[in-house]
Amino acid sequence: MSDNGQATFLEQVASLPACEKINECIQCGVCSGSCSTATRWEYPPRKVIAMVRAGMKDELLKSNSIWFCVSCYLCTARCPRDIKPANIIHGLESIALQEGYKPPTKTTTMYRTFAASITDYGRVYEFGFMLKYFLKTNPLAALNMLPLAIGLFSHGRMPLTAKKVKGKDQLNIIINRLSTGGDR
Amino acid sequence: MKYYAYYPGCSMEATGAPVEASIHAIAKPLDINFMELEDWTCCGSSPLAGVDKFKAIGITARVLALAEKTGLDLVTPCSSCYTILREANDLLKEDHDLSDKIRSTLSAAGMTYNGTVNVRHVVEVLFNDLGTDVLKSKIVRPLTGLKVACYHGCQQVRPSYGYDDPEYPDWLDKMVVSLGAEPVNFPLKARCCGSSLVISEPDTAIELIYKLLQNASDNGAQAIVTTTCPLCHLAIDGYQASVNRKYKTKFNLPALAITQLIAFAIGLDFKASGLIGNITSPKNLLRPFMEAKISSTEAEAPAT
Repeated sequence: MSDNGQATFLEQVASLPACEKINECIQCGVCSGSCSTATRWEYPPRKVIAMVRAGMKDELLKSNSIWFCVSCYLCTARCPRDIKPANIIHGLESIALQEGYKPPTKTTTMYRTFAASITDYGRVYEFGFMLKYFLKTNPLAALNMLPLAIGLFSHGRMPLTAKKVKGKDQLNIIINRLSTGGDR
Repeated sequence: MKYYAYYPGCSMEATGAPVEASIHAIAKPLDINFMELEDWTCCGSSPLAGVDKFKAIGITARVLALAEKTGLDLVTPCSSCYTILREANDLLKEDHDLSDKIRSTLSAAGMTYNGTVNVRHVVEVLFNDLGTDVLKSKIVRPLTGLKVACYHGCQQVRPSYGYDDPEYPDWLDKMVVSLGAEPVNFPLKARCCGSSLVISEPDTAIELIYKLLQNASDNGAQAIVTTTCPLCHLAIDGYQASVNRKYKTKFNLPALAITQLIAFAIGLDFKASGLIGNITSPKNLLRPFMEAKISSTEAEAPAT
């Protein structure tokens, strides 16, 4: 706990599922050396862990780091202390989004659009998800996707309507009762 | 007949359709029944874990609860679904506070989950429950001389499940050998295709796909055999043209999901094996083997 009785950044992260071993990190750097996209991170994975432990919340969550994680789990398979860096990084992403940080990446919008597709349809409806994502970010960028979209459509791989899933209501009961912030 | 509860995952209804077709096409000839879970919903994938970890585990638990009612092993073709389902399943067994929280949420939705489900991947089921000897016995079109790079990707073998090697797996290679084809050395076989960022950070993802294609090509592969993961398959198959545009390359490496290749080798046509849905067309590459089949049937046919 910090002096004012609030959970510290480190405690906040360590309380998330599969993130509790963060204290056992020995800063060996295997995660950064293994990372598929480390060259694009402002602070690569080893530094991310160090910054959580040093309480550098704003500096970390305002950066582009964590958002380049492609979930390849090389860091996690190789970590000699089994701290599960990929899970910690996804945990950090959820803290950043919950607390309204605005890191310089479109991946946050992609994640939110993806999540909205799940609550709206029960499943990810790929065509609708991509369309909404490009409308929210950069509609012109969708032009680059056009050849692929036409290819997928002409090969029967891009249905233009969403399926109706009965379990959607049950799914939304579950989603509405759970959240990282509270214990509702 | 072997029975499994089958969870296709969202991509199989759209971009993964050619792979999905091949899985169902080979099931009957191989004496497998993949019974699709009724009324399944999304597993959450990595994006939902990045939005809210608890909600993500909650919706994954719904899928596990549906599967538990069937009493069967839960099998998924998608490597992302596989990792998400396995991870949530393990957490619900190990973390009792989390498990209590999820259990009470599920009960509010009229469901229960007691943690008894065994989560499995289609590739693992084909390799362990069916085995390469059975595969070999079903072959009518041996793929002799076909050089392929076997791409396992990330999440079928990692974080680490205690069987196929998380760094240099070889199950696909062994299956491909049983079909008569020749796996080439492929150092990047378990590296990432970047699918999770292909929409929001295309430069990052396309670079990863480029490295895979270059590595397979450098090692003499004529095609890339993927797992049944619709994301890996789409990355190699669908985004190959984007790589060629960006890097001024001329890659023409069909992406053959292992189940598509099995379907073809056991005698199914391009349509039934889902191969007509591939954007990087494998027709020219596979046609010679098709003709070989015709001549062998003719040879066996009684003289008229």
